Amino acid sequence: MSRTILINVLRFLVLVFIQVFLLKNVTFYNLATPYFYILFILLLPFEVPNILLFVLAFVLGLTIDAFYDTPGLHAAASIVLALVRTLFISITVQKDGFDNEPEPTLSIMGFRWFFTYAIVLTLVHHFFLLNLEVFSFSEIQYTLSRVVLSSLFTVFLILISGLLFFRRKERK
Amino acid sequence: MRNLWAFITKYNAFFLFLIFEISSLIIYIKYNSFQKASFLNSTNAVTGTLFKQVDGLKSYMSLSETNDSLARENAKLRGQLKTSMYVDSVDKRKVNDTVYKQQYSYIVAKVINNSFNKRSNYITIDRGSKDGIQKDMGVITGAGVVGQVIDVTEHLAIIQSVLHKNTRFSAMLTNTKDIGSFVWGNDMDPHKGVLIDIQNNAQPKVGELVVTSGYSLFPTGIPFGKITNLHAKGGGLLLNVEVSLAVDFTKLQYVYVINNKFATEQTGLEAVQNKNE
Repeated sequence: MSRTILINVLRFLVLVFIQVFLLKNVTFYNLATPYFYILFILLLPFEVPNILLFVLAFVLGLTIDAFYDTPGLHAAASIVLALVRTLFISITVQKDGFDNEPEPTLSIMGFRWFFTYAIVLTLVHHFFLLNLEVFSFSEIQYTLSRVVLSSLFTVFLILISGLLFFRRKERK
Repeated sequence: MRNLWAFITKYNAFFLFLIFEISSLIIYIKYNSFQKASFLNSTNAVTGTLFKQVDGLKSYMSLSETNDSLARENAKLRGQLKTSMYVDSVDKRKVNDTVYKQQYSYIVAKVINNSFNKRSNYITIDRGSKDGIQKDMGVITGAGVVGQVIDVTEHLAIIQSVLHKNTRFSAMLTNTKDIGSFVWGNDMDPHKGVLIDIQNNAQPKVGELVVTSGYSLFPTGIPFGKITNLHAKGGGLLLNVEVSLAVDFTKLQYVYVINNKFATEQTGLEAVQNKNE
């Protein structure tokens, strides 16, 4: 239990650091900007209570906002992400399977499930984030292309990080 | 009552979602509409110091480039010194002292946080109210216009960059002096801006310099950039032209904050006029 907490605190700090000091400066043709920090919410254990999940998403969003000078923007998008996460998991994962599948990582859940999970959640988060940032329908076409390309970039990073920390023996 | 409680606990995710979503949207909308001084931005103690530390490391990488630009600017300023001019009348120096009264002074500041890939970009600098920086001052570099100060704390300040969806500066063409407004384009290119609302009888040319008009916070003649395309998209009744920015926002290191000594006098006078109308 305390190990899970330690790992998640470390993951939070590392992801925030990567996001605000490295990925904030990365962009392709002003279209694809990665928001890699959402991996923290994606990888929280299945058993995390809803209230804690939403509080963590809110805190993570506000932390990113403090560095991006956009109070509330990333927080709002992260909360949407947390809701979609609870829906997606309640639909696709059996509740009694939580004992032997503690965390939704690539090495535990397998490639197919994790890929769908990552891509659905990333698309929703980015769609909400970028539209809220622009806040106008007149640029919707351009915003949508940004959503798709940024999502691809983020999912790519998430999969790479999943493979980097892949542990074969966990998969039954 | 018990049924209500059972209902809420059963769909607790949704209710939690509502609570947090509404609170974050309130924060977002409040901050955006009033530009209030907020503790949740890069001028607070934690984020400010972190940005300063990391920027201290990063600035080593662009050291040679910064040196080059400073040396170039020094050379330009040296050329304007009185000692490098040939004085052809003895009285000139005396006249200079009485004729010119300094209107603008400059405060140098280092950029410690900068973004250019969002729809609304901000720059944080390491000087604040302690160094004489106030809200609504203009900001430039040696190359051209950078933006406008929107928020100040004691040691830090936030600048709304030219690359912002609400940026609008008064600008003019150098040759014909036609006035227009300078805005950032819709395609989020950090190297391009648009000069809008020029009178239709103006005849801008490709390569012509677009400069500040002197109606706003800046002295006259500070460049925005050069005209690259005479037919920018989205033109209404008036003429729009595309401008390539003189300042490279992706490599911003040092900026100058302009202190207009007549600013309070001007705004006071204009406020009185507005009241009379």
